[in-house]
Amino acid sequence: MKNFQRELAVFVRTVIGRAYPRLIGLQRERSWLFFEIFLPLLGTAAFVYIYRALGAKPEFTGFVVLGGAMTAYWMNVLWSMATQFYWEKETGNLALYLIAPTSRMAILLGMALGGMISTTVRALAVLILGSLVFRVTFTVSDWGSLGLVFFLTLVALYGMGMMFASAFLLYGREAWHMANLLQEPVFLLSGFYFPIKSLGFWISAVASLIPITLGLDAMRQILYPQAGWGFLDVRIETLTLAILSVVFLIAAHRMLLWLENIARREGRLTVRGQ
Amino acid sequence: MSQMLAVKTENLGRVYQIKRKRGESGPTTLVALEGVNLEVRQGELFGLLGPNGAGKTTLIKILTTLLTPTSGRAFVDGIDVVENPQEVRRRINMVSGGETCGYGLLTVEENLWMFTQFYGLDFKTARERIQYMLEVVGLADRAKTKVYHLSTGMKQKMNFARGFLNDPQILFLDEPTLGLDVQTSRILRDFVKRWVRERPGKTILLTTHYMVEADELCDRVAIIDQGRILACDTPANLKKRLQGASVFKLQTTPLDTLEHFKQLPGVTQFAGHRRNGHTELNFILEDENALVKVLDAVQAKGGHLLSLEKREPTLEDVFIHLVGRGLSDEESPPERIL
Repeated sequence: MKNFQRELAVFVRTVIGRAYPRLIGLQRERSWLFFEIFLPLLGTAAFVYIYRALGAKPEFTGFVVLGGAMTAYWMNVLWSMATQFYWEKETGNLALYLIAPTSRMAILLGMALGGMISTTVRALAVLILGSLVFRVTFTVSDWGSLGLVFFLTLVALYGMGMMFASAFLLYGREAWHMANLLQEPVFLLSGFYFPIKSLGFWISAVASLIPITLGLDAMRQILYPQAGWGFLDVRIETLTLAILSVVFLIAAHRMLLWLENIARREGRLTVRGQ
Repeated sequence: MSQMLAVKTENLGRVYQIKRKRGESGPTTLVALEGVNLEVRQGELFGLLGPNGAGKTTLIKILTTLLTPTSGRAFVDGIDVVENPQEVRRRINMVSGGETCGYGLLTVEENLWMFTQFYGLDFKTARERIQYMLEVVGLADRAKTKVYHLSTGMKQKMNFARGFLNDPQILFLDEPTLGLDVQTSRILRDFVKRWVRERPGKTILLTTHYMVEADELCDRVAIIDQGRILACDTPANLKKRLQGASVFKLQTTPLDTLEHFKQLPGVTQFAGHRRNGHTELNFILEDENALVKVLDAVQAKGGHLLSLEKREPTLEDVFIHLVGRGLSDEESPPERIL
């Protein structure tokens, strides 16, 4: 029991300790105000004007603004979660994390939690600014469902990021290229700027493996129930997100152990410039 | 195994696989460690002395659970590093010289606090230890400075402080003073010595290629080269191996070839290299009479004697005696290739 309490205390402290640099970064690195709010708004604006030029219904503007806000999470997961261990290895921090008597999952969780909180501030800024600039109104039909979907989307998404992060224990630049490769296709497949239903059932079904796809679709259905562009029923999407959350977290844990052992055996944990 | 041993290795070996592209020739394996048997007692300040690429860092990586051996076994505080790495981690910490740690955006004390959290230290303990260590390394006035504003030396000092924060049973210091100025190195060396003396049972395993550091700090020293332990004893006992031998250091005008000095009668070992526009020659001679032949040989090669020093044997001389070259000589291959 004492051992469990001690382990738990180390786990919680690790999560807080590793989340701290991300949270403090919000205050100290103000350049994000421009790069992570203004620039995504430009991309969002382009799609808003396309929809307006085509005479699409006003809810499509809302779809786009919501997608623009959620883009921040995807970018955070891809570049600040998945690839983070690459940087940690290059700077020498990874070795120090790994010789500490703490859970690696706690370190990843700390990174994820810090990332989630700081990204939420950015996403909210995009959402609020976008809504004001483009006069978007949201009608929340069910706050509970919206909160649950949003929460599950983030858990599943960051679980996926944690899984990718494990790969960087073993691989260096190869994994980096993979992250690069993932960026744009996921923008398309997740339907950041359009309803995923328009891709057809089978492509949408495959794209649903990316948690943000179903998360966005469900949130759009909750915010615009009258639009009629939902891919699946919100309850099915919520359940799928819950399953994805569990699957990705377990997979991340397993992969972390497995790849760490391989990396230790092959001497790749501390090799730099890989 | 005995509980009195902080570190024990049994026939420890590590071979790296080298990936070759198709059509590329060359060896496919590198031997970094081979048949290493080492016993470090609790409370000891133990040194591993060897040139770059001798296998020191590989050994430290294995003992700190960052790397698995390919043969043999290693124990830290009686615990097998492969079978129970998490238990090993509760007892250790590591500082690598020339390395920094943490994030530039955080202040010095925030960075150190972050690392204490990975060891589960409560706020009060963490704060006390951080303050103490910042005083030790002379960074107390920089506690609130963001790390990216620090010089490289200051970052290294912060990293040094980090290694002591969890009050480890066994601390691995891998070239801790690498790249630091003389005064800072001295302060850190003094602290290392004090830390072990004032805390019975605490052990430090220090790797270095600075013989003065090993000589000054260590209770015992193992000399390692090309992945093998060549000798292990107290610095005094190691130097006694050269008792009766005459050790000379000569500086001459630049000489083209040095090979022939090895063949001179009465020369037990020889190491030489060019440095700052002159040639430095280190001889271990059977007796002083052999010096005449050496001076003749210098003259025969067109060299002029700039200085001649007879000195007490150092650990570097022991190394030269065992290996046939100096610690800083470049011809040492990083690892033996199978």
